[in-house]
This record gives sequence, C-alpha cells and structure tokens, in this order.
Amino acid sequence: MSAVDLAASVRTGQRSARSVVEEYLEAIDAAEDRIHAFNLVMADEALEAADALDNRVASGEDPGPLAGVPVAAKDNLCTRGVPTTCGSLILENWRPPYDATVVKRLSAAGAVLVGKTNMDEFAMGSSTENSAFGPTRNPLANDRVPGGSSGGSAAAVAAGFAPLALGSDTGGSIRQPAALCGVVGVKPTYGLVSRYGLVAFASSLDQVGPFATTVADAALLLEAVGGHDPMDSTSIPEPLPGLVGVLEDGVDGLRIGVIEELSGDGLDGIASDVQARVTAAAEALSAAGATVEPTSVPSTVYGLSAYYVIAPAEASSNLARYDGVRYGLRVDAPSTPEMNTATRTAGFGDEVKRRIMLGTYALSAGYYDAYYLKAQKVRTLIADDLRRAYQQFDLLVCPTAPTTAFPLGEKTADPMLMYLNDVCTIPSNLAGHPAMSVPFGTGDDGLPVGVQVLAPAMAEPTMFRAAAVLEAAAVNGL
Amino acid sequence: MSGVPDGWEVVVGLEVHAELATATKMFSGAPNRFGGNPNTHIDPVSLGLPGSLPVLNERAVELAIRVGLALNCRVQRSVFARKNYFYPDMPKDFQISQYDQPINVDGWLELPDGRRVGIERAHLEEDTGKTVHVGGGGRIHEAAYSLVDYNRAGVPLIEIVGAPDLRSADEARAYVGELRAILVAIGASDGKMEEGSMRVDCNVSVRPEGSQQLGTRCEVKNINSLRSLGRAIDYEARRQIDLIDAGEVVAQQTRHWDEDHGRTHTLRSKEEAFDYRYFPEPDLVPVDPPEAWVTEIANALPLLPGARRKRLAEAAGTTPAGAALTVERGLDDLALAAIAEGAEAARVLIHAENNLAGGAGFLTADSFAALTAMEAGGQLTATQAKTVLAELVAAGGEPTDIANRHGFEAMETSEVETIVDQVIAANPDEWTEFLEGDEKERKKKSGFFVGQVMKATGGQADGRVVNEVLEARAAD
Repeated sequence: MSAVDLAASVRTGQRSARSVVEEYLEAIDAAEDRIHAFNLVMADEALEAADALDNRVASGEDPGPLAGVPVAAKDNLCTRGVPTTCGSLILENWRPPYDATVVKRLSAAGAVLVGKTNMDEFAMGSSTENSAFGPTRNPLANDRVPGGSSGGSAAAVAAGFAPLALGSDTGGSIRQPAALCGVVGVKPTYGLVSRYGLVAFASSLDQVGPFATTVADAALLLEAVGGHDPMDSTSIPEPLPGLVGVLEDGVDGLRIGVIEELSGDGLDGIASDVQARVTAAAEALSAAGATVEPTSVPSTVYGLSAYYVIAPAEASSNLARYDGVRYGLRVDAPSTPEMNTATRTAGFGDEVKRRIMLGTYALSAGYYDAYYLKAQKVRTLIADDLRRAYQQFDLLVCPTAPTTAFPLGEKTADPMLMYLNDVCTIPSNLAGHPAMSVPFGTGDDGLPVGVQVLAPAMAEPTMFRAAAVLEAAAVNGL
Repeated sequence: MSGVPDGWEVVVGLEVHAELATATKMFSGAPNRFGGNPNTHIDPVSLGLPGSLPVLNERAVELAIRVGLALNCRVQRSVFARKNYFYPDMPKDFQISQYDQPINVDGWLELPDGRRVGIERAHLEEDTGKTVHVGGGGRIHEAAYSLVDYNRAGVPLIEIVGAPDLRSADEARAYVGELRAILVAIGASDGKMEEGSMRVDCNVSVRPEGSQQLGTRCEVKNINSLRSLGRAIDYEARRQIDLIDAGEVVAQQTRHWDEDHGRTHTLRSKEEAFDYRYFPEPDLVPVDPPEAWVTEIANALPLLPGARRKRLAEAAGTTPAGAALTVERGLDDLALAAIAEGAEAARVLIHAENNLAGGAGFLTADSFAALTAMEAGGQLTATQAKTVLAELVAAGGEPTDIANRHGFEAMETSEVETIVDQVIAANPDEWTEFLEGDEKERKKKSGFFVGQVMKATGGQADGRVVNEVLEARAAD
C-alpha cells in the first residue's frame, strides 16, 4: 500500500496507526537480519507514537498528511534522545539533545519514525560498505550493494520495511542508491529542505530528500519536510512549490534535453544496458508529448574532479569537532593533542580519513588557489552551463548511476572506481539544482536501472511531472 | 616616560578584541552574559553539536557597523570564513570569523592629542570558551586535568586591527583608552578589560630612529590591563634592542606576557604558526547591509569622545587635551550647561577633574554655576566650595543654603594675616627654610604653612589669600 493510501486510511479511521506500524515492524523482523538496513529499529517508540496518533484520530483530530505512515530516517539526522551515529564509531553512543527540523516536521505531519538507517560513514561512499557497523545488502540481490551513502534508507524502502525514508544527498547519495534499489529518490533544490540537524558532510552540497516506492509518495514526503526554516541560513525564504497537485499534469509541450556528455556515447563507464533504459525513457517522454533531443552540457564531466576537492575541503572542517572533548568517542592520552589524535585515529574509518586529508591539503597555504579556488571556478562553470541549457530546455535527462547494483566488495579496494558512481549525479549538487531518480526497467542482470531527471532551481513541480510520466510508462513495460 | 633608549624608535600596532553588547550570542539564541555557572549559557549551536547551524545575530551586525562608522571605516559587503585549528575551548575546532572580506575597512582613530592612528579593519567573529587547568598551579603542562566552560563560546566579537602607527607605550595606552571610550559611547561594548570583554594583542618592533623600514615584529598576547600593555611594550622593545645591540636578530614570534615576572616569553615561532586554512563559511550567506540601514545607523550615532572634547574645549577656552578628563567622566554635558549658565569655565573643569571622580550625582548645571560664582566672588574658599559640592552631588540643593548651614563665609584678609603671623612665629625653622630655600623648597614650605593656617581656621581661610600673605611677609 502506498504512503498516500496509508495516510488516507489512518486519517479517516479506516485503519489504526498501530496496525500499520505493526505490519512494517513484522516485515523488518522477518528480513532485517539479512539486509541490515537499520542501525537502530525504534519498535517501542514507533508503537507508542502510533497509539498516540490513534487516540488523536479517535478524538476527532487530523494528525496530518502522513498520519500513521512509518518513515525511516538516515542515521545522520538528529533525533532527540535517540542515537545518531552517522555510521561512525566516533558517534556510536551519541544521543542528540534535539531533533532535526525534518524530524520535527515528520512528527508534525503525523509520520511515525521506525528507525535510523545505515549509511556510509559520515555519508562518504557509494555502497554503504563504509559503515562502521557493517554493510547493508541490496534487498533485490543480497550479494549486491544497495548503493550509498543512503543505502540503508533505499534498502528499507525497497525491502518494504517502511513506505518512506529520508536520506541525504551530497553528490548522489539519495539518487544512486534509489537507482540501485529500484525506488524513487529525490535531491531537492539546495535550500528547499532544512539542513538543521543534518550532521554535515559538505555543507554547500548536502541536501535532505525523500525515498519512496512511488513518485506521488515522494512528493507527499517532500511537501511534509520541505519549506523555509529560520534555523538554516541557507534555507530558501519562499513557500514550497506544490507537488502532489501537479503529478497528473503530464509533459505535453515540455522541452527535454538528454545530456550527451553523461550518456553512453559521451562517457566511458556508462553500461550499455543502463544507456538503453535512458534512451527508452527519452522515447517515453517524447511519446507523452515532450520535445526530446540530445544536448551538450560540456563542463559536467569536470564535476567529479571539482566535487572531490570541494566536498573533502568542507568535510575536513566539518569533521574537526570530533575531537573527543565534548561528546562521542574519547580515547585517553597524556595531553589534549594526543587525545585528539588517538580519538580520531580510532574513531574514523579509512574513507573518512582519506577525505579529511584530501580536504586539509586542498585548503592548505600555497595549495588553496590551485585546488579549492579552481574547483569553485569549475563549480561556477557547471552552474553557468546548466543555466544555458535551461534556456532551451525545461528539464534534462541522463542516467542516475553508470551501472546497476554491483557486488559487495567489488570496488572497496579502488576509491577512484567507487567515486565514478557519482559522475552523473554530482553536477546537480554543485549547481544546487534538484534532480531525482526514477526506476525505469531493469538492466541485463535483471536489476533495476534508474533514470535521472534534472531541473533548474525550484522547478521541482516540472521535475515531478516528468517523473510521474516515466513511472507510468515503466509500469506499462515501456 | 618612554622605555626606549635614545636613538631607537618602537613601532606598535594593536589588535583589539571587544565583546559586543548583544543580548544573545553571535549565531544562536543562547544568552550573551558574563559569568554564570559553567556551561549554563549554551545550546546546540554554541556547543557546535553535530547538525547544528549558525544563524547570524542581526544586532551584532548593527553594532559592528556602529564601530566601523565610529572609526571612520568604509562599511562593505562581507563574507564569513572558517578559521580552522584544534583547540578544546573552540567547540567546532574552527572559528567563524571574517577573512578577506571584513565588514569594516580603512578607517582611523584620533587620539586625544590629535594624532591619527590608522584602522586597517574591524571585523566580526565569534569568541571561544574558557579552559581552566586544574592542579599543578593552573599551568597547562602540570595540570591534572582541564575543564572547559563554553558560556563564552559564540559571544560576538569585533576585532579591531590598528595600523602600526603607535610610537610609544604611552601612545598605545592612549589608543586603547580612546578606543574603549568610543566603544562604550556608542553602546557597542562595555569595554571591561578586567572581565575580558576587551582584550589587546600587541605587535611590537623596533628600529633606529629615522629609519623608514619596519623591524621584525613580535606579537605579544595575554595583556589584561592598560598597565600591562605599557609594561609589555617597554619590556619587549628593550628585549629586541638588546638582541640587536648584541649582534643577534629578532625572530618573528608570538610571545606571552607574564604579568607576575614582568617579561615576555616565546609561545611559538613563525615556523610553528598555524595554517588556518581559511575558506568561506558555507553555512552562512554574505552580509550585504543595505545603504539605507547603514545611513540610519550613522544618523543614530551619539557624539563621539573626540568631538565632545573639541566642543567642551571650545566652550571652555582650553585644549581638547584639557577637556579630556571631563569628557572621559561623562561630565561634559553638565560642564557645558554650567558654562552656558555663566559659570567660570576653568573652575568648572577643575571641579570636574578634582572633585567629581565619582560622577555628578544630584548636581545640576544651575547649582554648579551658582557654586562657582560664589567661589569667584570670594564668598567661599576652595576648601569650602569642595564641601558644598560634595553635598550637592550627594543630595542636591542650593549652594547658598548649604554654605549658610555650615556657617561658611570667607575670612577677612586681616584675620588671615593675624593667623599667618602666629603660625610663622610658632615655626621659626620652617620659616627660615622658606625664606632661604630654592623655588622647590619654597613651594614645599608654602604648602606646610597653608596647611597649618587651614588647621587653625578650620579650613575657612582661602588658600590663595594665605599664599599672598606669606609672599608679602617674605618680601618685608
């Protein structure tokens, strides 16, 4: 049952929130050992929240648009009194004294938080293998990765552990796992969803967004958590554009470009079966009345390089606070600097250390201009290129990930190979634009392929219209 | 007195940090208050908890703009940056500051003597917490453990970077005094050095007099009072001169002022200086104050100490330096009003400087003017006037009533002459010394005789008259 239908049935009293939550907790019980989507399942809290909702419904109240809908939250979203680990030993036992804005908005909308999902440590990774608490497995093929870094959230939705989940996307961390797990994943416009309470990886790129099994459910969740938040200075001070209401509007008359540089012809590494699905998606959009044609956005290919300077640079600063002084892990040592070092040595995994070092180097005296500043120029160039493309097109399309889900362990030894997973998703983060991944059939291995729809800032409504068209076409086997 | 030997010149530039007098912290709603139990003025943002985000306090920006305008700076679009280094009292292990685009640039401050000192910039940043080392006499290396209090973390600071335009310890003290007066006058800071709400770092170099080249500088930290500032500059200049005299070179260093031992010692060398890895703070947007707002702030600024000194000096027929203490005490409005009522300006300033250190209390311009008129008319001696003034300050009233109540009236000169003669007769040795001593000795002895006469008359004799009689007797 979709989140839309679940909420409707709970709001009208047809179904109790408790029965909904129990159903999902049973699903978790049955398969979580195999999948490991969660770092923490909040069964007691969820049932308690469900009972409270049922009481409200019984007393004639409307608990909101997500009444009784179980939602899983990535473990980098702060939950008051509930462990928030970021997949890291350094925060293993940390309980935030406050809720992230999106978590507050979830409960204000009547949603029930069922657990905290596994992730690559501090959201650094594309397979969820960088979690300190063990990898998550792809529910569709347990020897495959679910993608990352929000692999736990994607897997939770794909496995039926929750109809909705929240993740965070810094370079593709919602869209890529959504593609690999065959669910819908949205990275909203930068500033559309509050980052307050999202533990920072790279502040200028991070954005919270929804996972769902349907485009409509994703729209429902985004509407519930999005909108201006005075606690986040980068939050857009404008009303959230309506999404649920435009899903039926279709794409007739829209102009849609297929990015040549990020397609199989332009980029080595895009698998031919993935490319075939993108081509099919273009045809489906065209059949629905859109004008679809290839277009060049030349600088997008430099996105990966710029990203791997900017994101580690910001991360090196954001992660400095894990020093053993105030919270989280502390490994004692004779002096404060030695304690800092011992704590960070023991608390961070290899990938996090690698990026802290990369970022520290990129910001160092004498290297700043050559790395950080140059990367920022590339970032501006990509944003300019995309702006130019959007003068011609309403939307752009390309693959979400270069391949379908790959086997666990396949890329862990080669960071560069792992980084290439995000080549198609990174440009939207650098530009601050929205983009989403929609499941569109399967690859040669029978595993899902995601098609990515990109839009200019605040054009989520148009983006969701195209996603709904693709979803309908996929159901019809196109 | 300068602590630099002849032939040398000391060059000083100061960096002054002042806490801004906001109700809440720079980036969150936690209170900005001095003191309190440790870690009670905190919230997720001032602790730098994971997921917390800064939101700029508009009031801090307004106060920073006031400072910029009062220091004749250009107020411009500014960008916050992260200054990265590890320190336990810094919750995020980076400080949000301003780097290449500060809010205020290119200003100047005028010292009471009229000399202008350049202000390179005055930028916004957040304060750190405080670390207390427990055991081992409070020294970091011997401490058993350390405790951190984050109450101060995130308090808004303005860092005012002065140009190396100061040439002596006295001038440096005058600069800090003037800067403090300005900050207090515009309500930007309480300027309390003893509570740490105003802190001074000091860059010192020396060079041969007449040289245009700057010497290698050392930065001296941990200066907690105007007195230490002067001592630290003199010590540091002397140390550098001694090094050069001994044929050694001054190494660029950060040095620590040790108040107890009156010396500086090395904190870190240039090679050990931190690489702060500044980059623009991605959690904040640039601050671009609208021109209309800046104009509004400028129009609301009170008259600054320099202008107030000039105003009073003009009215009182003295120099701005002569009006300085009265202005510093905030007595200039009262003094101006009293002068406007016809009071003799010189007497007004003398009272303001000598007898009103604790403020004016209930003293009004009317009664101040009436008092000085009685003094000028010979109805009150200086000592009596002082008594009447003290009562006016404590409780107000009419000077004539107070004088009558005390039975004050000026003594006839003939009475004074009689008493002076008695005192001379009773102290023949002192009188001889008065007659035969040099100018200095004579002055000293006249003080003695005036004192004796005052004692004999219960303070009712006019000191000026006593001196006249003494001179007349000496000339006889």
